[in-house]
Amino acid sequence: MKIRNTDRREHIVLQMTPMIDIVFQLLIFFVFTFKIVDPEGDFNIRMPSASASQSSEPSETPLLKVRLRATPDRELASLQLGDVVFDGRAPFFQLQSEIRSLVGDAAGPGSADQEVEIEADYDLKYRYVIRAITAITGYVDDNGQQHKLVERIRFAPLKQ
Amino acid sequence: MRIRPRGPRGIVEGDLTPMIDMTFQLIAFFMLVINFSDVEQDQRVTLPASELARPPEAPYEHPLTIHLTENDRFIYGGREVTQLAQLRSALLQETQIILRHTTKKLADVTVIIRADENAKTGLVQQVIQACQELEFERFALRGKFSKDEKIGEL
Repeated sequence: MKIRNTDRREHIVLQMTPMIDIVFQLLIFFVFTFKIVDPEGDFNIRMPSASASQSSEPSETPLLKVRLRATPDRELASLQLGDVVFDGRAPFFQLQSEIRSLVGDAAGPGSADQEVEIEADYDLKYRYVIRAITAITGYVDDNGQQHKLVERIRFAPLKQ
Repeated sequence: MRIRPRGPRGIVEGDLTPMIDMTFQLIAFFMLVINFSDVEQDQRVTLPASELARPPEAPYEHPLTIHLTENDRFIYGGREVTQLAQLRSALLQETQIILRHTTKKLADVTVIIRADENAKTGLVQQVIQACQELEFERFALRGKFSKDEKIGEL
C-alpha cells in the first residue's frame, strides 16, 4: 500500500477576529446583566380572617402573647411575653430563651401546636417585629444549624 | 537625512491566547452567577435583616408581592399607591383575575409582604387585614438574610 506523502502540510491560520468579537459581545452582555442580589427569605404565616379561623378547632396549648411597645420615636420601649417583661440587654435573646424553655426544645423539631400572638404598637418600627418573629420561630446554633421553635404566629387584631 | 530601513516589515501578531483564556474564564463566571429569576425587588425598600430569613426551598405557586416603603407608601404591580383604599381596590381586581382565569383558590395564593425595616408595624397589619378581608390566607413576611444579625446581640 502506498502511503501518501503528508509532509507538505499547509499552515492553516485560524481567523480569530470573529470569535474574539463574539466573545467580547457575550462578555459585555453578561457584565451588564449581572446584578448582586442579596439573599432574601420569608417568614411564612398562615392567617385566615377572624371569621374563618373561629371555625377551626382551637389549639390545646395556651396561646402565648408577645407584646411590643414603642417609644414616641418609634423605637422599642418594652418587650414582654405574657406577664414576663424582658428588659436590659438583648431582650430578644431573653425572649428566645424563654420560648425555648416553654416549648421544651432539646434541639428538636419545635412545636407544631404552640401558637404565638404578636401585639405591637401601631407606630413601632417593623424591624423589631421581624426580630421578635426571628426569636420566636427558631434559632441558629453554633454549628450554623437552624432549629425551629414555634411555627404558628399570628398578629393580634389592630386596635384603632 | 537618510532614514534607515528597520529591517523586514512583517505583520506583528501578539499572542492572543492568554487574553482569550481570561475572557472565557470571565464569561464562564458571569454565566454561572447570572440570575434570570424575576426577583421582585425595589430600591425604595430596605428589608429588615434576620439570621433566619432563608430563601424558600420551592418557588410559590402564585405569589403576589406588596411593597411597603418607609414613608407609608405601597408599591403593588409596579405602581406606587399612597392610600390603603387604592391598594385594596387593586387587590380586589387581582382576586377577580385569579378567580376567573385560574383554578386556584385565594387561600393558595401567597401574599409576599416586603416592608421596609422602618415602616410602621400597624400599616403592615393593615395590609394583612385588607388581604384577609379578600380571603387571602397565606402571608410571607420578607426579610434579608444576614449572618451579622445575631439575636443575642440585639
